[in-house]
Amino acid sequence: MSAPDDIATKQSVPFDAAEASVGSAATARATPRYVWALAAAVLAALLPLVATNFVLFQLTLVMVYGLAILGLNLLTGFNGQFSLGHSAFYGIGAYTAAILMDHWDVAYFYTLPAAGVVCFVVGFLFGLPALRLQNLYLALATFALATAMPQILKFGPLEPLTGGVQGIALIKPDAPLRLPLNPDQWLYYFTLAVLLLLMAAAWNLVHSRSGRAIMAIRDHPIAAASMGVNTALYKTLTFGVSALYTGIAGALGAIVVQFVAPDSFNFLLSVSFLVGLVIGGVGSIPGSIVGGLFVLYVPNIAESISTGLSGAVYGLIMLLVIYVMPSGAAGFARLAAAQSAKARQTWINRSERRSP
Amino acid sequence: MELLLQQVMAGLATGAIYACMALAVVMIYQAIDHLNFAQGEMAMFSTFIAWQLIQWGVPYWGAFVAVVAVSFVGGIAIERILFRPIHNAPVLTQLVAFIALFGILNSSAGEIWNFTIKEFPTPFGRGPLFGGHLISTHDAGMIGVTLLILILLYLFFRGSRLGLAMRAAAANPASARLVGIRVGWMIALGWGMSASIGAVAGMLIAPVVFLEPNMMLGVLLYGFAGAVLGGLSSPGGAVLGGFAVGVIENLAGTFIPYFGRELKLTIALIMIVAVLLVRPSGLFGRSVVSRV
Amino acid sequence: MKKITRRSVIVAAPGALALASLPLPAYAAKKYDTGASDTEIKIGNTSPYSGPASSYGTIGKVKTAFFNMINEQGGINGRKINFISYDDGYSPPKTVEQVRKLVESDEVLFLFNTLGTPPNSAIHKYCNQKKVPQLFVATGATKWGDPEHFPWTMGWQPNYQSEAQIFVSYLLEERPSAKVGVLYQNDDYGKDYVKGFKDGLGDKAKSMIVSEVPYEVTDPTIDSQIVSLKSSGADVFFNVTIPKFAAQSIRKMAEIDWKPLHLLNSVANSVGATLKPAGLENAKDIVSTFYIKDPTDPTWKDDAGYKEWVAFMDKYYPDGDKTDAGNVYGYSVAQTLMQVLKQCGDELTRANIMKQASNIKDLALPMALPGIKVNTTPTDWYPLKQMQMGKFDGTRWVLFGNVREAKVHV
Repeated sequence: MSAPDDIATKQSVPFDAAEASVGSAATARATPRYVWALAAAVLAALLPLVATNFVLFQLTLVMVYGLAILGLNLLTGFNGQFSLGHSAFYGIGAYTAAILMDHWDVAYFYTLPAAGVVCFVVGFLFGLPALRLQNLYLALATFALATAMPQILKFGPLEPLTGGVQGIALIKPDAPLRLPLNPDQWLYYFTLAVLLLLMAAAWNLVHSRSGRAIMAIRDHPIAAASMGVNTALYKTLTFGVSALYTGIAGALGAIVVQFVAPDSFNFLLSVSFLVGLVIGGVGSIPGSIVGGLFVLYVPNIAESISTGLSGAVYGLIMLLVIYVMPSGAAGFARLAAAQSAKARQTWINRSERRSP
Repeated sequence: MELLLQQVMAGLATGAIYACMALAVVMIYQAIDHLNFAQGEMAMFSTFIAWQLIQWGVPYWGAFVAVVAVSFVGGIAIERILFRPIHNAPVLTQLVAFIALFGILNSSAGEIWNFTIKEFPTPFGRGPLFGGHLISTHDAGMIGVTLLILILLYLFFRGSRLGLAMRAAAANPASARLVGIRVGWMIALGWGMSASIGAVAGMLIAPVVFLEPNMMLGVLLYGFAGAVLGGLSSPGGAVLGGFAVGVIENLAGTFIPYFGRELKLTIALIMIVAVLLVRPSGLFGRSVVSRV
Repeated sequence: MKKITRRSVIVAAPGALALASLPLPAYAAKKYDTGASDTEIKIGNTSPYSGPASSYGTIGKVKTAFFNMINEQGGINGRKINFISYDDGYSPPKTVEQVRKLVESDEVLFLFNTLGTPPNSAIHKYCNQKKVPQLFVATGATKWGDPEHFPWTMGWQPNYQSEAQIFVSYLLEERPSAKVGVLYQNDDYGKDYVKGFKDGLGDKAKSMIVSEVPYEVTDPTIDSQIVSLKSSGADVFFNVTIPKFAAQSIRKMAEIDWKPLHLLNSVANSVGATLKPAGLENAKDIVSTFYIKDPTDPTWKDDAGYKEWVAFMDKYYPDGDKTDAGNVYGYSVAQTLMQVLKQCGDELTRANIMKQASNIKDLALPMALPGIKVNTTPTDWYPLKQMQMGKFDGTRWVLFGNVREAKVHV
C-alpha cells in the first residue's frame, strides 16, 4: 500500500458492488427499496401521534445530526475527500440562522436556504485550496478549520453580530396556519420534511451523471480525469454541496436547540459526525440517519451504565459496534440482505431441482 | 528587540513540546501509514503510571525506564488486541477505533487519578540556563532529549535491518511479505516504539503543562500540525516543524497588531495550511508517486 | 378494638391543639407540584462528567454524596431526596436535551446547580417559560440575578464581575497609579472578570491597563503570554485563569523573574490544587479573594466546619479529592438548598421554592469564611456577594481587611 491510498476509497467497493449484486439477486423477490423508504417515512410521520414532546425533540435532533452526517457523507463517502472540519460548517449554518432571526427578525424557514447558500460558498472556497492537499494533509487543513472556528466566532470585532462568548438565544417557532400542533410537533414535521427533501436530492445527485463522476473521482482520480471528468470542478463543488447540507443541519439545530454559543462548534462535534458516518455506513444515505441515532442515544446509554466512566463505556460500545459491523450499519444491512437473497436463491434452486 | 528574542526562545521551549510529540506521531506514521488520534492519551496514561510509581517511592529514573518498557508492551498489546482484528477494515473504521481508545483512556485516567493538576518532577532542574532568564534547564533538557531520540530514530531506520524491514512493511506490505518480513509484527513493533516515544514525550511535557487527564489535548493538536508541516515521512522535518509551530504561534500572537492575540492559533494554522499549499507533502516530506 | 368515647376525644384534643400551635409553617396546607410527594422530592441536575470540562464533574458527584447522607439521616421534613444528575459534557445542545428529559420525562420538581454558563444560558428561556426553578446555577455570570425578567433562575456564588470589582477597590487603595497587565481565558468566564475589572476602574481603565492578553483553554502553555505581559512593563498582574494555567503562570513568572503585585482570581486560589504544584515559594505574596474555606489551607486544620466536611467526605465520598475546592463548593451549595427546603415545609410547589430561595436570612455555612453569610430578598437574587482578601505567606493564606462587598447587578 502506498501512502496516498485514500482514506475512504478502501471503503468504496462495497457500495456499488454490493448494491449491484443485491439488486440482481433480488430483483424478482425482494421488496423494492422505495417501498422501505416510503414505509419509514409514513412511520416517521405518524410518530407524533404517540410520542411525547421530549421524545420528539430527541428525534428531531437525530434528524438534524443525520442531515449533518449526510453532508459529510457526500464529501467523504461519495467523493473520497476527508474532513475533520464539518463542525465549522455546522457552526456557520447555526450562526447564520441565529443572526438572521435575532438581528433582523427573519422567519426561521428563510434562514435554512440562507445558511445553505453561505455554507455552500464557504465550502466551495475552502475546497479550492483543498484540491492541492491529500489525505492526512487535507485532514489537517480541515482540522485547522474546525479548531479555528470557535475563536473566530468569539472574535471581538464580530461581537455585535455573534454575541461573542455569550452566544445567542432564540425563540421557538409556533406551528403556522393554526395547525393543531405544539412547537415540538411542528418542528419535528418541519425537520422531517427538510430531511426527506434533502435525502431525495442527495439520492438523485448520487445517481446522476454528476454523481457517477463524483464517485469515479473517489475510486480512480486519474482514470476519471483521463475520461474527461473535470476533477477540480467536481471536487470543489462536492465540497460546497457537502457544506451546504451540514450548514442547513446547523441552522435547523440552532432553531431546535434555541441557542448557539461558539464553543459548541468545536472539533469534538466533527469527531461526533465522523463516528456517526462510520457507524451508519460510509457512502450510504439512509446510514446517515443511523449515525444520527447512534451519536444521540448511545452516549445516554453509556451514561446510564456508569456516570464516571461514561466516556470509556461509550468508547467500548463504539469498538464493539465496529467489530461486529466494520463497514457500518449500512454495510451490515447490505451483507444481511445479500446473505438472505443468497439463501433464498439456493432454496429456490433446490425446490426447482426437486420438482422437475 | 528583546521581546522578539524572548518570544523566540519561549517559542522554542514550547516548540520542544510539540516536536517531542511530533516525533511520536511520525513514528506511528512510519509503522502504520496513518495517524493515531489516541496517541496523546496513550502518552498521558503512561505519564500517570510514572507519576504513580514515583508516588509509591520509586526513584525517577527507575520509574522512567519502567514506564518506557511498560508503554512498549502496552503499545504492542493495544495493536494485537484492539487493532489486529480490524486491520483489514477501512481506514475510517480504524479512525473510529482510535477515537474509542481516546475516550477509554481519557475517562479511565480521570476516574483513577481524578482531574486535579499534579506536579511531575523533572530530572533537569528548573533553574534558568546559564543564568539568563530566556530558557530554563528543563526546556534545554527537553530539546536535548528530543534531538537525541531523533538521532536514534535516524540511525534505527537508516542503519538497522529491523528499521529497514519496518519501513518496508509500512510502505509496501505485500512486497515486504514476499521477501520474508513479518509485516504483522513489524506493525506491532511500530506501535510499541511509538508508545515508548510518546511516554518519554509525556514525561518531558508534564513538568511544563502539569499532569492531568486532558493535558495532551492541545499538545497533540500542535504536534500533528508540526509533524504535518515538517512532513510526515521525515522525523527531522517533524522536529523542525514542531519548533516552527511554537515560534510562529508566539510571533503571530505578539507582533500582529489588532487581532493577533485573539486569533493567535487561527493565524498559525492559516500559515501552516499556506505552507502546505506550496509544498503539499510538508516542508521535508517526500511526495510518494504511486503507480496507476 | 377500642371504642371511641367522648372522653378519649376530649383527652386527645389538647394534644392536637398543641401540635397545631407549634411553629410548623406549612402544617395546614400540604401542597405539591410535579416531582414532590409525601415521601420524595425529585431534583434534577446536569454536570459535565465527560468531555473537556470533566474536571468539574466532581461537583455533581459531591452533591450526590451529600443527598445520600441526608437520606440516610432521614431526609428533609420526612421526605427523601431523589437527586437525578445527568452528564451534558458541557455542551449546550446536550444540556437542553438532558434538562428536557429531567423536566418532561423524569418530572423533577426543580433544577438545582446546573453547571456552566453556556449550558445554563441554553436552558434559561426554557426554564422560565416552563416555570421550573433553575436554582443556584453553578456559574459566576452576572445575569442570573434578574427576578424581573427571569423569575425562575437564581445564581449562588459571588459573581465574577463583583469579584473583579473587589480587586479594583483593593488596587485603588494600594496602588492607585498602577500599570496593570491582564491575562484571561477567552470565554464567558474570563471576559466577565475583565468586564467587571474595567467597569470598576471606570475612566481609569484606559490609562491603567497596559496589556490585556487572552489564552484559549486548549493552549498547551501560556509562556508566550507571560513574556508579553512582562515586557509591557506592567507592575500589577490580574490573573484570570483556571488552576492549570494559574500554576503555569506562577512558575513561569518565577523563571523569568517577573515580580509584579499578583492578583489571582478565586477560581484558582487553592493551595493544594494550584499553589503547591506551582511551588509554594513562587506563590509568596499573591493576593486573592475568598468566600469559602480552602480545604488545603492549614489555617482551617482545627476548624469545626472543616472537620465536619472531612468527616462527610470520608464517609460518603471517599474517592473524592480533598484538595479539590469543587468538593467544598458542591457541599456548601447543597447545604444552602437544604435551608430552602426546610423553609418550604410541606408546601413543595415551584413557586414556593423560588419564594423561599429569595428569603434566606443570614445563613452561615460551615465551609464559608467567618462573617460571610447567605442573604437574599425578593429583589436581591445574589445569595453570596461578600468576599475577603488574603495574601499568601508561603504556607497559608493570611486573610486581611474587612469582608468586602460589591454588588454588580444585571
